[in-house]
Parts: sequence; structure tokens; C-alpha cells
Amino acid sequence: MKLDIKKITTDFLVIGGGTAGCWAAIKFCEKSDKNVLIVEKANIKRSGCLAAGVNALNAYIGEGKTPQDYVDYARRDASGIVRGDLLLTMSERLRKVTAELEKLGLTILKNEDGKYVERGWRNVKINGENIKPLLADAVNQNEQITVLNRVNVFKYIVQDNRIIGAYGISIEKPILYLIFAKAVLISTGGAAGLYKPNHAGFSRHKMWYPPFNTGAGLSMGINAGAEMTTFEMRFIALRCKDTIAPTGTLAQGVGAKQVNSLGEVYEDKYGLTTSERVYGTVCENVNKRGPCYLKTKGISKQADEDLIKAYLNMAPSQTLRWIESKKPPSEENVEIEGTEPYIVGGHTASGYHVSTSRETTIKGLFAAGDVAGGCPQKYVTGALAEAEIAVESADKYMNENILFDDLGQVKKIKHELERFFIKGESAFTTDDLEEHMQEIMDKYAGGISANYKYNQKSLELAKKGIGEIKEKCKTLKVKNMQELVYVLELKERLVICDVLISHLLARKETRWHCFAEHGDYPDKKDEYRCYINSRLYGGKIKIFKRFLIEEGEVYEHHEYRN
Amino acid sequence: MNIMSIEINRDMCIGCKKCAEVCPGSLISISANKAKIKSVERCWGCASCLKECPVCAISFFLGEDMGGLGGKMSVYKPNKNDTALHWFISLPDKTSRKIITDTKNANKY
Ligand SMILES: Cc1cc2nc3c(=O)[nH]c(=O)nc-3n(C[C@H](O)[C@H](O)[C@H](O)COP(=O)(O)OP(=O)(O)OC[C@H]3O[C@@H](n4cnc5c(N)ncnc54)[C@H](O)[C@@H]3O)c2cc1C
Ligand code: SF4
Ligand code: SF4
Repeated sequence: MKLDIKKITTDFLVIGGGTAGCWAAIKFCEKSDKNVLIVEKANIKRSGCLAAGVNALNAYIGEGKTPQDYVDYARRDASGIVRGDLLLTMSERLRKVTAELEKLGLTILKNEDGKYVERGWRNVKINGENIKPLLADAVNQNEQITVLNRVNVFKYIVQDNRIIGAYGISIEKPILYLIFAKAVLISTGGAAGLYKPNHAGFSRHKMWYPPFNTGAGLSMGINAGAEMTTFEMRFIALRCKDTIAPTGTLAQGVGAKQVNSLGEVYEDKYGLTTSERVYGTVCENVNKRGPCYLKTKGISKQADEDLIKAYLNMAPSQTLRWIESKKPPSEENVEIEGTEPYIVGGHTASGYHVSTSRETTIKGLFAAGDVAGGCPQKYVTGALAEAEIAVESADKYMNENILFDDLGQVKKIKHELERFFIKGESAFTTDDLEEHMQEIMDKYAGGISANYKYNQKSLELAKKGIGEIKEKCKTLKVKNMQELVYVLELKERLVICDVLISHLLARKETRWHCFAEHGDYPDKKDEYRCYINSRLYGGKIKIFKRFLIEEGEVYEHHEYRN
Repeated sequence: MNIMSIEINRDMCIGCKKCAEVCPGSLISISANKAKIKSVERCWGCASCLKECPVCAISFFLGEDMGGLGGKMSVYKPNKNDTALHWFISLPDKTSRKIITDTKNANKY
């Protein structure tokens, strides 16, 4: 197959039209009369994390609380390894973006006084079924914004460490896009599908994080030499068994406690941070007191009905489970399990190492949402807050003199892609290699079957295995554009796995149970109260430590001191 | 039993392409005016396609490996501009249930 080359020029390029991407485009137009182009691999109407809907806004500053309270909470939960500057600047905008979402049409529960009903002090209750269509409508109604759906972006165009655009391919037609821009936002979300999932077989994509967020933004950044942070702080979600539906609505909404098979409440035994909740469940299972449950037995029939509806708005599979088993939550406790690990900067702190203004170490490239590091617990509203900050910085930046003269590079990339279309059968398929990669990560880099634990030796084996699969990728063959995208996605995941393993090797302590559980170093150490950062340099992953950055500081990138 | 998660009824499908447009994994194609899921094992189960289908031709069920018991779910939006969604769940024992949700009503939990 031969690819046609299509050139597009815009002012502000947004890669990934999800939560942060759509919001960034809308906000940019409020600031500037320049053009925006969103390039999205699916269709912005239901793409990314918000596809099925969400049940609450998980980041909010309740009555009587301050942004600093939110920073303190997130710092405690992450055992200190957060960026104070990023958390504070994000938290300061949480109330504002929540009110703006409501204006856009999102239903938020209110009491008689017209105030939001809070769940704890950090959440507000909503109906989030239509949250993505609401964002998409606002984008589509804006004439300054153009949306290119079903185009998968896979490589940045960078000159002298300054971004001037990106390459993408159509998922449907043989087209290679060359997109040039004066500033770029990366908002492709985090990475799923690195580890063997809860259901490895037919239902392998019934996972927590969208299996279509393959970490493109992270991998493109790594390949272009951008600095990454805290990949070793993986995220593992505690979910309803099988359906992988969220548990927060049961735990916080109806106050269901975590209990083991003997009916004992175990959650207070291990601590209540996000990682400790997963760890407690793992320990109870290891110590033969599993399986574990959320104790919903005895809740009212009305609560049953409300929950059945609530789950339809975010995880319909759980509603189907309750109805077809004829065992509603009031009659049977809900079994819970940990998912496979993900890299998700909206929950933990892994992602791009950004400045306070959300610029990456590549000039003109800004990052927001799950792809950006240092700022955990941002969720939906935090992604919006970050998008706003990034857009304000991008608007100031706008590089007017884009000069692209490397036609050799375009030819080379076109050729590399076309090569996958050669006739004949490959010894293995993309799916085979993906499965193999997930097996290796599961077994040697702390997946579900290893109870999330690893050690120096096992990580070295994982590294070797990932390297071998990278080599095998070269022999893959494809028949159409969709299959080519699958190959690119696999390559992205392999790049991320490689960097992740390097980070896990580098943090020689156990600061967070399960998220980074080092078998050789089971305790926390003071010398690791720092960020572990990395950067691809001369084809090798360089790892280095950086001092913690506090709120109030304005952090800017300096020249590298590798 | 053929384990699936999304099933498209070809007889009911009118080829409007709406499901194919929204799928976040680009998993649905249209040929000969009928929708087809290209690789069902890649489906995330987000139910976006169900909600779009104007004729209820798509149903969702839990795979056998997820402990599914054969119940099927579909969604209908009686009025395009309405905020209500009508969910139908039919079970192998021939009983069924209809649940109406409305995006105007917030979750209480
Ligand atoms: C199942 C689930 C439930 C959640 N529930 C809640 C909740 O109840 N409350 C809450 O506050 N938070 C919740 N969260 C967290 C929150 O939804 C996310 O943190 C947030 O939406 C992330 O936004 P994002 O823009 O970074 O990613 P996304 O919204 O996922 O956007 C990424 C976009 O990039 C696109 N993309 C990816 N790769 C490419 C590529 N190569 N080229 C072009 N486009 C690409 C994707 O298709 C997608 O549209 C939930 C998350 C999940 C997964
Ligand atoms: S349920 Fe979601 S992922 Fe599955 S086919 Fe429908 S739209 Fe696509
Ligand atoms: S939305 Fe329904 S009717 Fe339209 S193409 Fe899809 S299955 Fe067919």
C-alpha cells in the first residue's frame, strides 16, 4: 500500500480530543482568535475515559476547605512524592471549572439552598452519563475549532528541541498527515494494556482504563527526548470483580466497608490511602482470608434501585450483573479485586515532567490530563484545570516562524510505515506480541499474578524480554490502516514498558504498597524523598533524581544536567 | 456458546452509521448498509454504540468468562432531544425489566 501525504497547518494543535483536549480547545478560543485543530484517533463525541460516563467529580474543594487542604491530602496519599506547585495551581481552579461544567449542562446534585451536595469534601455528585457529548457539542459549535476524527497521531516533528507539529495516519484511508502548528498540547491520556489484565481471554478489553488509550503521548515524548517523571508510581484500581466497575459509589456513597471472607472489616488494618486499600485486599487474599467484598448486604431496597440506576450512568455491566444474577447489592456483598497496573497521571504522579506553566521539556509542547505527571488526584476537573493553565501558556508562546526543511525525514517515515504492508504472513501477529509483552510484565514487573511485587532480578528479566519483543515488531505485517495502528500502539506500549521498568529499578525502596512494591527493599527510605525522572538520550534511558518542588515555587526547565 | 459482549442484529439495523461514528475504539464498520463489529474481543463495553442506535439493534451482554448468565441489555431514546434513556434488560428465563434513567437526575451516591 502507498500512503498519500496530506499537509495541514494550524495555529494551536491539540493531540487527543478527550477531557483535557476538548476543554483546552474551548478555552483557547476564549483567549485568542487564532485557529485550533483537534486531532482525535476516535470521535470526540464518546472518546477516552468519559465514554461510558462518570459518577462523580472526584476533585473538588468543599465548603470550609481550601486548595491547600487538597494539596495536603494528595501529598499524604502519595507519601510525599508530588509537585506542590502543580497541585496548588490545579486545586485553585477546581471550583471554577465545576461551575463551568454545570453551565455547559452537566447535572450536579444540589440541596435546598442551591449548594452542591458533597460526597466527603472532595467530591460532588452528578449525572455524568452525557459529560463527553456535552464537551463535544461545545467544541463542534465553535467555528474557530476544526476536528479531525479517526486520525492517529504517532510522532512529533521537533527541531532543535522545539515542537513544530506532528505526524498522524488515518485509521480508515491510506493517508499520512503532516500537521504543522505554532504550539501543541498533548492530551492523549495515560496508558492501558501494558500488563496482563484481569480477564486475559476473550474479555481482555473489559478493563478499567480505556484500552484505546495506549500511551501514544507518553511514547512520542520519550522518543523525542522529553523528560518523564515518576513512572514507577503505577496506578492499580480497586474494582468490582469481573465487571471492573467502580467501587467509590459503594464505599463512599453507601458507606460500604471492605470485609474479608470471614466478614471482618480489614480496611483500617492496612491504612486508607489509595494504595493501602489495594494492598489490604491483596494481603487478605495472600493470607487465605479472601475473597474480599464491599459490605453492601442490608442496605435498603431504595438504595438498591438507586444504585442500579447510578451504575447505568457509568458502568452498565454492573447493573446487568445485579439484574441477571437476581442478587442486588442489598442481598449479596459485592466482591472486589485489584486491576492490572496502569500509567495514569490523573490518579498517580506519572507522566511528563512539566514546568509550573505545564510546558514539557520540549519547547512549545504543553501537557494536560492523564499524560502529565507530578499532579495526582486530578481526575476530570483537575484535567480541565490543567488544560486551562496549559492553554494560557500556549497562547503566550505561539512560535510564528515554523520552518520545516527535513523532507528526508518525511520520506523515511512514509517508507517505514509502508514496509509493514508487504505481502505474506509473519511468524506472529501483533496480538501475539501484545499478549507476550503483557505476560512478561505480569510475571516479572509486578502484575496481578505476582501480587504486584517485583525484585531486581525479575525486572532485569522483564527488561530483556521487552527488548526481544521490540525486535520482533520489525517483522510484523499488516493488511490495512487499522492493523497498522495496532502495530504502532504495540510499539508505544513497549517504549513505555521499557521506561517503566527503568523507573522501578531506580526506586530502591517501597514507598507505596502495590503501586511500587520492591521485594528486595520492602521499606521506605529517606534518600528517595525525591522524584525519579528519565530521559532518552543517545538511544539509552537515562535515570536521574530531582529535588521535590513545593507549592509557591514557580518551576521552569533549565538546560539538562544529566 | 459464542461469547460476545456486543451483538448487532442485522435484520433490525438500518445502516445509519451512528454506532460506527461514536465507538471510542473504531470497532464498528458498515458494509452493504449493515453494521458489523470488526473484532468483538476488542470491545471495551462502554455502551456508547447502544445509546446511539435509533432502532435498538445493538445489545450488550457479559462474556461467559466474566460470569455472564445470558442476560441482554439494550437502550432506547424515545425522543432525540429528550434527556431520558430507556434501558431494556431481557433474561434467559424470558423475564425482562425496563429501567428509565434521566441525565437531569443526579446520582444520589
Ligand atoms: C472508567 C473510568 C471512570 C472514571 N470515573 C471518574 C469519576 O467518576 N470522576 C472523576 O472525576 N474522574 C473519573 N475518572 C478519571 C477521569 O475520567 C480522567 O482522569 C480524565 O478524564 C482524563 O482526561 P484526559 O483528557 O487526560 O484523557 P481522555 O479523556 O481519555 O482523553 C484522551 C483522548 O486522546 C485520544 N487519543 C489517544 N491516543 C491518541 C492518538 N495517538 N492520536 C489521537 N488521539 C489519541 C483518545 O481517544 C481520547 O479521546 C475515571 C476514569 C476512568 C477510566
Ligand atoms: S460498547 Fe463501546 S467499545 Fe464496544 S463496540 Fe460499543 S462503542 Fe465500541
Ligand atoms: S446505529 Fe443501529 S441502525 Fe444505525 S448502523 Fe448502527 S446498528 Fe445499524
